[in-house]
Order: sequence, then structure tokens, then C-alpha cells
Amino acid sequence: MSGGGGPDEPWAFLRRHTAARIALGRAGDGLPTAPLLRFQAAWAEARDSLKSSLDAEALAARLAPLGLPVETVRSQAADGAEYLKRPDLGRRLHPDDAARLAPGRWDAVFVVADGLSVRAVESHAAPLLEAVLKRLGGWSVGPLVVAQRARVALADDVGAALGAAMTVILIGERPGLSSPDSLGAYLTWAPQRGRPNSDRNCLSNIRPEGLAIDAAAFKLAWLMAEARRLTLTGVGLKDAAPDLIPGGAEPPPALG
Amino acid sequence: MAFARTIGHTTYRFPDLRDLLAKASPRRSGDELAGVAAGGEAERVAARMALADLPLARLLAEPVVPYEEDAVTRLVCDGHDAAAFAPLASLTVGGFRDWLLSDAADAAALAAVAPGLTPEMAAAVSKIMRNQDLIAVARKVRVTTAFRSTIGLPGRLAVRLQPNHPTDDAEGIAASILDGLLYGCGDAVIGINPATDSPAAMVRLLHLIDEVRRRYDIPTQSCVLAHVTTAMAVMAEGAPVDLVFQSIAGTEKANDSFGITLPMLAEAREQALALQRGTVGDNVMYFETGQGSALSADAHWGCDQQTIEARAYGVARAFSPLLVNTVVGFIGPEYLYDGKQIIRAGLEDHFCGKLLGLPMGVDVCYTNHCEADQDDMDTLLTLLGAAGVAFVMGVPGADDIMLNYQSTSFHDALYVRSTLGLKPAPEFEDWLARMAIADAAGRIRPALAATRRLLPAQAGAGEGAA
Repeated sequence: MSGGGGPDEPWAFLRRHTAARIALGRAGDGLPTAPLLRFQAAWAEARDSLKSSLDAEALAARLAPLGLPVETVRSQAADGAEYLKRPDLGRRLHPDDAARLAPGRWDAVFVVADGLSVRAVESHAAPLLEAVLKRLGGWSVGPLVVAQRARVALADDVGAALGAAMTVILIGERPGLSSPDSLGAYLTWAPQRGRPNSDRNCLSNIRPEGLAIDAAAFKLAWLMAEARRLTLTGVGLKDAAPDLIPGGAEPPPALG
Repeated sequence: MAFARTIGHTTYRFPDLRDLLAKASPRRSGDELAGVAAGGEAERVAARMALADLPLARLLAEPVVPYEEDAVTRLVCDGHDAAAFAPLASLTVGGFRDWLLSDAADAAALAAVAPGLTPEMAAAVSKIMRNQDLIAVARKVRVTTAFRSTIGLPGRLAVRLQPNHPTDDAEGIAASILDGLLYGCGDAVIGINPATDSPAAMVRLLHLIDEVRRRYDIPTQSCVLAHVTTAMAVMAEGAPVDLVFQSIAGTEKANDSFGITLPMLAEAREQALALQRGTVGDNVMYFETGQGSALSADAHWGCDQQTIEARAYGVARAFSPLLVNTVVGFIGPEYLYDGKQIIRAGLEDHFCGKLLGLPMGVDVCYTNHCEADQDDMDTLLTLLGAAGVAFVMGVPGADDIMLNYQSTSFHDALYVRSTLGLKPAPEFEDWLARMAIADAAGRIRPALAATRRLLPAQAGAGEGAA
């Protein structure tokens, strides 16, 4: 593994505990050839994946079996390049789409947005929503909103248009070398344009190798219930959810 | 009062100080996003010419964010040391640059004037300095802080060991900590960004680092980079908090968006000081900053992002931090578009922070949607090493698997130390020798016995013998 024909580091066995690039070996003080090129390959994949764009209709079709109406909307960013350079436009709902959203009175509205990882949304949004909705018995949940070229705050425009007490936006996080498919979830109580980020709560790294779907659904439902009880989100709402899913596996013992 | 300069046949006008500072800034995407950047290269240089003739004292008299409306401006103005400023009071911004580069501005003179400088003065002069000026002056400035190790001594470069894990898994984090220690890193701090900001997770992670530190008697400090209010809550319950972390910005409104106030920082600092956990010093705060954070919170008051960033250092210096880290390329291409912009911003931030008297480190980093790569990071790391940066990040293989960005690796730290002849913090250097992680020449060449001593007991004999 260490490249250049050298032996593994004596602590190479620790790799089973983490996806971090540990025990890479050394060539002098530098990186051996094999891990150097592995890194470049991962970077190249992440760069290439950023060029893909969300097929909103296909995603809407995948979400339809969840039993909620599905709306698709766009931000005001016209294309991928503008989306990267103009986050302000990614935070604003396209006026044509805003006009299509019918106001209601919802306890919560879920927004599913591409963000910076289409792969994250296509892979994890549907199973996460399914798992969360099961935990929200008695809630009035508004239509699912699929959003293209969206930043987190786009959910404020969506929530305000739909009359949601709270929004939860599931959004692709920027792709890391070892995690091209990380989903984030942001909760905002009383969504309206101009909400600062300190008014939100966030769960990040939702993906099978990170915060797994069931654990994320448990935490998200817990945070949503707390937000409704306290009528707020943000720094005033601490994530004190129990670490364990009731009935789930014990965490591994600490390294000795 | 308006400013004007003519280049060729065109006269460029700048209605106020904010506009002049913004238009004098080297080009970057964040200022273009904010609509405050110069429209072209000639306008930019015209602004620099006008700025060079501006009396430094004007920057004190005319804050870019109103005194009445901003707690950061009040902190800077109320804390200004007029006596320290007196030797510079008659200089223009251009004259200040010349003085900074002169032989007269040695380490003692630079330290003496620091309390008389405002963030806007540092920002203004940086805009008329080339990269080599930013390096040459920063290199002369000495800022030393301490807790269990001493940061910022000449000829030294410390490393924050950043063992993040996407689910805060204890064994995963411990594995990365051991990896970093065996590659000679961790003297600035062992600092974890937690995946979720919960008091329970913070306490668990604090105990994890504290146990490793005490078991091997490592002269370093720990930090879990949760929100300051979380740190205050767990300190009240007796958790082993060495350093209090907080992201800070250069305006009150931007700090609001982080959920913090200045009195809150002061209270947290008092709480941490009362724990008396430092051995060689009592600097207990760890701040992170980065150009663009104010604009992203719509809290920039029409200023350019570098001027607002310097104001964040005005916040930091009021709390005697152990470490200040500008996370330069983390925020994304809408603020710093490519490697060139990241390199420039990293050198500016380091220079401004140090000039204002701060122990500056830089997270030399980029995200995958930025036009930058590891070669750009090598360049910036080398330049910062030459500029005397206090500390940089050490992330396993440069790939942060929790925050999804690329920073500098343990190997990068070894590279810059050996290439530029820099050593770890003195207490940590002794520890590396004592543990036989460093050889007699100080190179990181861990002896097998050292490796075995650090590794957990369950390491199979065969596995460890390779």
C-alpha cells in the first residue's frame, strides 16, 4: 500500500477504523508515489462529478411513492457556472415557480435540493424521507419540493410561499475526496427570506459510511419535534438527541 | 470626502473610504459578487495611488462601519492606543508601507506599534503591498503565545492535528491522532471539528483527546470546535476544556449570524481561564476566520472582504488567543475563485493578523468546486513558511473526510519544516525526541519501539512487526 516498494507503516492496521488517509508511509518526508496518485485519482473523480446536473423530473418520480404531492422549482441561477459564482441567486426562488406554490398551513415542508452533489440527493433523499416521514405521525406535511441549483436559504422562500411552520432542506454537500455523496439537512423554524444561518440546525454527512440513513432520520425527527416544542431552531436548540437509536447496535468501545 | 486619480486620459473617482479600499483590492470573486470591486485594472491602480496618499489617521477617524451601529468598530476605536500610534500618526498609507519595509521596523518596533494600529490600517497598507512585501514584513513580526506548548517562536512551525471523522467515531478519531503524532504533528493543538454540535458529543471527544494527551504526557492542548455556547455549557459541568473555540467575523451583524456577541466571548474566556489548565501560558482562545463570511451573512456594510477580515482580527486580539486560523480557501469559489486568489488572500490574512499582534496560522486549503489543486497549496504553504506562519493544519493525507475539503497533510508539514529548517514548538520537539519519534537530527523517523509504545494494546504482534 505504501508505494515505491516500501513496507507498510506499523500502524497500517488502524485503517480499519477510519476512511481517513492514515499510515500512508513516507518517501523521505514526502508522500510515496502510490498514495500520491490515489489522491489525484480521487480528486479527478470529484471534479468530474461536479459537472453533472440534477434530473428534477426523474427525482420527482422517485419521490412520488411517498404519497405526498411533489413540486419542482428552480432558483434564480441560470446555469451551473452562475450557481457557483452567485450564491445570492441560488438562495432565491424563481418568481415563476414561487407563483405556482399554493399557500397552506403545514407543520413542515421538505425541500430536496441538488446543492453541490447531485449524487447525494439522487442516492439518499428518497430513503431518508421515507424513514423520517414514518416518524412524523400526526404532522401535517406539505408537498415535497424538488429544487434545482439551490442553496440552503432557498428553503426560506419555499417555506414562506407554502405557509410552512418549519422547513427541512435536504441538500447535496460539496463533494469531498472520500465522500462524493454527502447529504446535509437544515431545519429552519418560521422560514422567511433573510433568516441568518444561526437560526438553523444542521445534520451533515448523511450517507451510508457517515451518518447512516436510519440514524439521520431518528435525529432529524427528534430535532423537528424539539423545534416544534420550543418554537425555534438555531443556536437555541442544542442537538441533545440520544446518540443511540433505541434498539440499535451499541457503539464500538473506545480505542484502548 | 471623495477621492480621484487620473491614469492616462481617464479620471477615476471614489466617493468614500469604503469604496477606495474596495477598489484598491487585488481582484477576487467575492468583491465582484458584492459589487464593490474595481471595474478594471486601471481603476484598481488609480485607487491604490489615491490610497497611498491617504493619511493613516483618516482610517482611524472614519471607520468603514459606523461606530454607533457596530460593536466591532466600538471595540477597535475604544481600545485604540494613541501613544503607540503616535510615531506613525503623520504617515500616509504609502509612507507606512515604506516604513514597514525599512530597517527601522524591526521586531521590537513592530510590536510597539501594534496596539496603535487598527484593522483598517493593516488592510489598507496590504492593498498596496506585493506578495513579497507581505512575506518580508510578516517574517519580521514576532508574536508568541503559550498554553502547554509555546507557539510562534522564530524558526518554529507548529501544526494543528485535525483528526476529524464524519460520525465522531472514537476509534476513527484516535487512529488519526496517532497517525499525526507519529508524523510529528499536533504541537499547536489537537483539534476536532465535531460532526454535530451537541454538548454530549463535545464532552465525549474532550475526554478522548485528554486521555491520549495525559497517557503519553504530550505537551499540547485539546480543542473541540463546537459553538462557544456549547463550550460554556460543558465547562460549567466540569468538562476538560483547554481552549475555547469560536468562528468570528469583522462586523457585529456577521457575528450575530454566528450566534455570538463580544461579551459572550469574554465570559467564555473567563470561564476557561478559571480552569487553570495551561502549564507554560494562559492563552485559552482559538479563533477561526475567513474572507467572505460577512458577505455570506449579508453583513459586510458595502466593504471589501479583506478589510472586513482584518476587522475580525480586531475582535480576536481583544481576547489574547493562543491561535488564530484563517481558513483561507474553505469558503468556496464565489469568494476566492482560484489558486491565485487563495494564495494572495492567505498572505494578506497572515500579514494583517500578525501586524495586529496575533498568533496567525493558516488553513492552506481549497474545495473541489474551486479552480485550485494541491500544487497551489504547496506554493502557499512554502510562502507562508517563509513568512513565519505560526502554525498550519495537519490532516491525514490532506483529505478531511468530515468537512469535505483539502487542507495540508502531516507530510506537507514535514516538507515545509525540513525544506525551510523549521522546528516544532520546543516542548513538543523535546517530546518527539523523548518518544523516539524524531531521530537524533530531529527528523521524523519513528523507531519501531516508539510506534509500539503509542499503538493500542490490541495491535497484533505480527501486524506491528512489518
